[in-house]
Parts: sequence; C-alpha cells; structure tokens
Amino acid sequence: MPTKIEKDIYSGRDTTGHEWDGLKELNTPLPKWWVWTFIATMVWGAGFCVVYPSVPSLHGYFHGLFGYSTRVSVTEDVKALEAQRAKVLDRVNATPIEQVRKDPQLMAVATTAGRIAFANNCQPCHGASGEGRPGYPTLASDSWIWGGKLADIQQTITYGIRSAHPDARVSVMPKFGADGILKPEEVGAVADYVMTLYGKAQPGPAAAKGAAIFAENCVACHGDKGEGKREVGGPSLKSAVHLYGDTREAVVAQVTNPRQGVMPNWNARLDTGTIKSLALYVHALGGGE
Amino acid sequence: MTKSGKVAPRSAQELKLSETGLYADRVRVYPRSVHGPARTFKWSVLVFCLTVYYTLPWVRWDRGPGQPNQAVLLDIGHERFRFFNIEFWPQDIYYLTGALILGAVSLFLVTSLVGRVWCGYACPQTIWTDLFMWIERRVEGDRNERMKRDQGPTTFAKIWRKAAKHGAWLGIAFWTGGAWIMYYADAPTVTRQFWAGTAASPVYIFTFLFTATTYVLAGWAREQVCTYMCPWPRFQAAMLDEHSLIVTYQGWRGEPRGHGKRVPDAPTKLGDCVDCNACVHVCPTGIDIRDGVQLECINCGLCVDACNDIMVRTGSPKWLITWDTLAHQKARATGQYDRFHMFRPRTLIYASALTIVFGIMVVAMANRTQIDLAVQRDRAPLFVTVRDGSLRNGYTVKISNKTQEAADFVLSTAGVDGAGMSVAEETEGHQPLLTLPVEADSVGTFRVLVFARPNRLIDGSQDITFALRNTVTGEKTTYHSVFMGPGGRATH
Repeated sequence: MPTKIEKDIYSGRDTTGHEWDGLKELNTPLPKWWVWTFIATMVWGAGFCVVYPSVPSLHGYFHGLFGYSTRVSVTEDVKALEAQRAKVLDRVNATPIEQVRKDPQLMAVATTAGRIAFANNCQPCHGASGEGRPGYPTLASDSWIWGGKLADIQQTITYGIRSAHPDARVSVMPKFGADGILKPEEVGAVADYVMTLYGKAQPGPAAAKGAAIFAENCVACHGDKGEGKREVGGPSLKSAVHLYGDTREAVVAQVTNPRQGVMPNWNARLDTGTIKSLALYVHALGGGE
Repeated sequence: MTKSGKVAPRSAQELKLSETGLYADRVRVYPRSVHGPARTFKWSVLVFCLTVYYTLPWVRWDRGPGQPNQAVLLDIGHERFRFFNIEFWPQDIYYLTGALILGAVSLFLVTSLVGRVWCGYACPQTIWTDLFMWIERRVEGDRNERMKRDQGPTTFAKIWRKAAKHGAWLGIAFWTGGAWIMYYADAPTVTRQFWAGTAASPVYIFTFLFTATTYVLAGWAREQVCTYMCPWPRFQAAMLDEHSLIVTYQGWRGEPRGHGKRVPDAPTKLGDCVDCNACVHVCPTGIDIRDGVQLECINCGLCVDACNDIMVRTGSPKWLITWDTLAHQKARATGQYDRFHMFRPRTLIYASALTIVFGIMVVAMANRTQIDLAVQRDRAPLFVTVRDGSLRNGYTVKISNKTQEAADFVLSTAGVDGAGMSVAEETEGHQPLLTLPVEADSVGTFRVLVFARPNRLIDGSQDITFALRNTVTGEKTTYHSVFMGPGGRATH
C-alpha cells in the first residue's frame, strides 16, 4: 500500500508513494484507451472460451459452441491428404513400371513411397539404405544374382527367393562337401581356383586342379568362366561383391555346406502398388540395370 | 511527460492518496499550421517518400520474355526478390541482414549527430500522420476552428466535415494498403484481379489489414504510437549525448519569459520569450519544448519555425528555439562558446562500423556469381563396392543457374585418380565429365555416382573436388567434398 504521496518538485506530478533507496516513482497514468484495449482482449478471451473447447471438468471438458476438436481436424486433414495422394498413386499403379521411371513426377512419388516401404519391411535384412550385410545382399551395388532390371527386381520382391510360393525364385546348390560329392582337398582346390576368378589369389598348381573340378561340377550354374547364370540364379564368381564372404574359409564353407538364404514372397503382405514402388526405389539405389 | 492530469478523482480513497487518477484521458492535440524552413523540409521529405512508395510498384523493368517486368518485386511464390537488375535468391538472405545492420548503424550515427531526425521527418508514422493532419486542416480548418467546432454543438457542418475527413483518411489508407500488396505481385495484374474479385484471399486480407493500420495509426493514434508503442524513443537516450544537435529552447536567452513591452531599464529584465505558446500550439506531439529534452519530442523543428515567426514580429533575433547541443547551450548560458564536436568516439565508432559493413556489402555484391554448386555426400551407405571391385560414392549435386537462359553445366572431379561419374537412373558408364542441363533461373538437382579406386585413403577418406563450368557463360566454381572407402572409423 503506498504511504506517502508527494508532489515532485521538478515535474509537478504526484509520486506513487513507492520509494526505493531514495528513488521515488512518479505516478504516470496509463492512457485510458490502453486500458480499454486490455479489456477488449479479455472480452475476446471470454468469447474464445465459449466458442472453442475450454473449461475442463471431472469427466471431460466443455466442447465449445461448435464442437471444434483438433483431433477431428487432423483426421479430416489426413483423409484429404490420402484422397489427394490416391490420385497420383492410382496413376503409378496403372502405368507400366518402365514408364513410371521416365516420368519425373510419378517417379518422385514412387521412390518416396518405396523409401518408406523399404524402411518398414526390408531394412532389417538389407540395411537402412540397401547396403546389405553378410548373408544378405547389398541392393545398392550393381551385382545381382537374379537380375537388376526393374522387372527382375519386381518379380523377386513379389514372389521371393526360396519362399514357399510356387512362383518363387529357387536355386539349390548341392552340398558338395557335406554330401560327399567332393573330397575336402578337392573342395580346397575349387576354392583356390574360385579365388583367382575375382583376383584374390594367383593361379598355381592347386588352382589348375580346382579348374578341372570346377569345369566338371560348377559350370552348369556358375558359367564356364564363373560369370554366373541369372536364369538359374547362379551367382557370378567374378564379381568383387560376395554374399557370404571372399576369404578361402568362406568359399570352402559355402562349397562344403552351402547356405541358402530365404526371402519372403511380399505379395502376401504388400499390395502391387507398394511392390512396384519398392522395385523402383531399389533400382534407384544406384545399381539398377 | 504530457501535462495532463486533469482527471476527476473517482473515490474518496483515491482523493486522499493522489490528485492524479489511475488512468489518463487522452489529451487531444490540435497542431496549428506553420511555415518555415523546417516545415518546407518536412513537406519535401513527405512528398519524396510517398511518391516513391506509391509509384515504385508501377515502374517497369525489362528482364526478357517470360520474366516479370516489375522493377521491384518481392516474388514470394517463386522465392525471388527482384530489384531492378539484381535478383536475390533465398540463400542471399544475408544481404538483407547487411541492409538491416546498415540501417540500424546509420540510424545510430545520424541520431548521435543530429538527434531524432528519423522520427521527425522520415518515419512512416510521422509521414502519414502529417499527411492526415494536412487533410484534417483542409477539411476542418486550422487549430482554433477545429477546437471550437469540437467543443460546439453537433451541427450539420460538423457532421459532414467529420465524415469528409474520415472518408478521405480511409481513401488514403486504402490506397496505402493496396500499394503494399503491389510490391508482392505484378501491380497491373493484381489491381485488375482485385477489382474483378479474382485475387487471392491474402491480397484482400493484407489490403484490409494495412488499410486498417494506416487509418488507425495515422488518423487516431498519432503521437500515442511514438509515446507508448515505439521502442525507439526509449533507447534513443543511449545514442544522444551532450554534443548531439537537438531542437533546443535557449533558456538563457528566453527567460524570464513574459508578456509585455521590453523596457531597457525595467527592474526585472524580461527575456526574449513572450510566452505566446506558439511553439506548443504547432507541436504535433503536444509538448512544450521549453521544458527541455523530452521523450515525446520527435525533433521535427516545427516549433523553431513558429518561434522564428514571433521573434521577427517582436523584433528580437531569430532562433530562440534552434538546433543546438546541450554542451553548447551550457557554455552560451555563461557567455562562453563551445564549438560543435562532430568527431567524437561515439560518432567515429558508428561511422567506422558503417564503413566496414558498407564495404563488405559492396564487395559481396560486386562478387556475386550467377553460378552456385552444392554437393551433399550420401550419409548411408558411406560407400558401395561394385562388381568390378571399384568403390562407388553417391552425391546429391545441386546446381544453381541464376542466369536468364538454360545452360549445360560441365561437372568434373579432381583429387581422386581415375574417378568416373554417372547420373543415377539416367546415364550409363563411368565418365570423367558429366554434362548437366539446368533450366534458366532455377536449381538443378542430380544424384551423381562417383566410381573410383582411391589409393590415398586416410582414415577411410580422400579429398575430392568437384568443378563446375557453365558452358554458355564460362563461369566456374568448385566444391570440396570427400570420397570414402574402407578403413574409416565409421566403417569399423
């Protein structure tokens, strides 16, 4: 409570009666229009509380005159967005995959949809950006077992590899070592030869012996010079990219008792449009043919 | 401090505590018309500024076919600010920063030298208020006539004059709000659309908004804006010192003030001030300059003109109210002379800051290029081994073509021997040079794959430099990045 109202000798104005260490505050009144503006904001605020959801109660809240809700608003916005997207997505679905690739607008939509689908479905095995991991193919590279054209990729995703689906891509490498087709030293010789194919070992007597065994047992699937045969899913052995490793131990292990990776047939889970988008996205990772 | 305080006390309690009410009525200011050098200068600044503001959007500037031909255009839709032959892109925003710094420092310098001339002559609030006051005077008459009519009964003459005044104010306010919009869209087009009712809703919203603010601030709020809303009067004290030129009443000459004849051998010798209140009556903020430096004073000098008039009539020397420094006035009061200190640490610091910023701006503007290259390396995967055993890195290359014609840009690399490039999904093979087409006045984005067998990897990375050349203009630029391979900490 102000106590001592004085008249300031310099300005002729009253003080407020507040004093701090000898400093006295002048009573400079606020303009009335300012006060009215302040009152107007309070009236506005009261009106706002009536029109919009405001006062909480024990079992809910006052919904406002028009029942406005941000939740409803968001749901409507999402619906509108989906309807808007559907127009473009329908065009992606209706357009042949090679045509989509040539249309920058459709391609932008497809690769965006593909990126999201990839993160949701493919990332656990193939890595966040298709970099792959041992035993799971690198999709960003240009080395393909079953083909890197759009149609090839689309088919692989749709039916899978060694999945239970009748149209699945299937290749089975015999267990040359485990089933006793080749003796361990023969397996070693083949490994020595195979390593020369991708330049990790120099040709020598062991490799020469391996070459003969290779010509007898492996060329049917891997090709005469180890270049691979995509139609039967025989991987190229000349590539610098190796699914199960490029060391001698890895090659020996694979020839002795091959690992046979499985990829699910995604048509069981994803619609054709999503699979198409995925194929376009994977193709665009950098290795597409 | 406005000398108001004539508010009736509302309660006994309040009466006991204070004579002043808690809230103040607005004291209406009725400025009288005045003639003189300050007024003439104020008019000329007003005419100049308003002419520029209202006509600038209509000035045309040929930029070639398909380009907007408005000289000054803040093209938000296309993210361009076009100013005659210069075109600013969003990434040129630092020029705006520079311009704002220049504006602020200029304001500091000018204020420390010659006081609040910005407030008095150039501030939009001052200019539009002045314009509105001029209209008020044309319609309702000068100070005395207006005061008399406002206090008198409601007559037909009063009503139509008030209506005419507000009509004219609203007209100007609308013209002002409309002119604002024209800086953001092609002026003839947006004008046509506005009246045809086909303009975008923001056009109407902002026209209405600026019409309303102009009308309220220049017609009704006036000096209240300067006194209560504007921060500048609050911190001007930091720029002003005793050597700044400000509008000053020469108290040592004027006091003691008083009416009546100046008798040479009178017992109390009166000063030059005849206490006619002419300076108070012309003041647009309604203050008495004889009270000294005040927050409300906008330094417009209309009181100088008014007082000179009176001095001529009373036969005293002119410039009783003048532009002078506090230090000089103090010296003059004791009969001494103190020269005007133009070069003071404060002004020198402001001036050098101004020169430095201005210099940087000029150099930056002179070296503006029409080409820009930005290269962003793929974060994942860091690198990919491809079939033939070489490594592949992916980069997102953005090429800004600021020229007005489409051009082919040649991209090359240096630093990694034998590096080859291709554009993902577009070109085949590993080429040492890529030719990338970019449309006129736009940014081209390309995903460039670089293939190489780097032989000088340190910590899994090797420097690579991208060089870009516009084949039409020959302009060049480079961008430094890295090429990554195995062995880095990130790949372990």
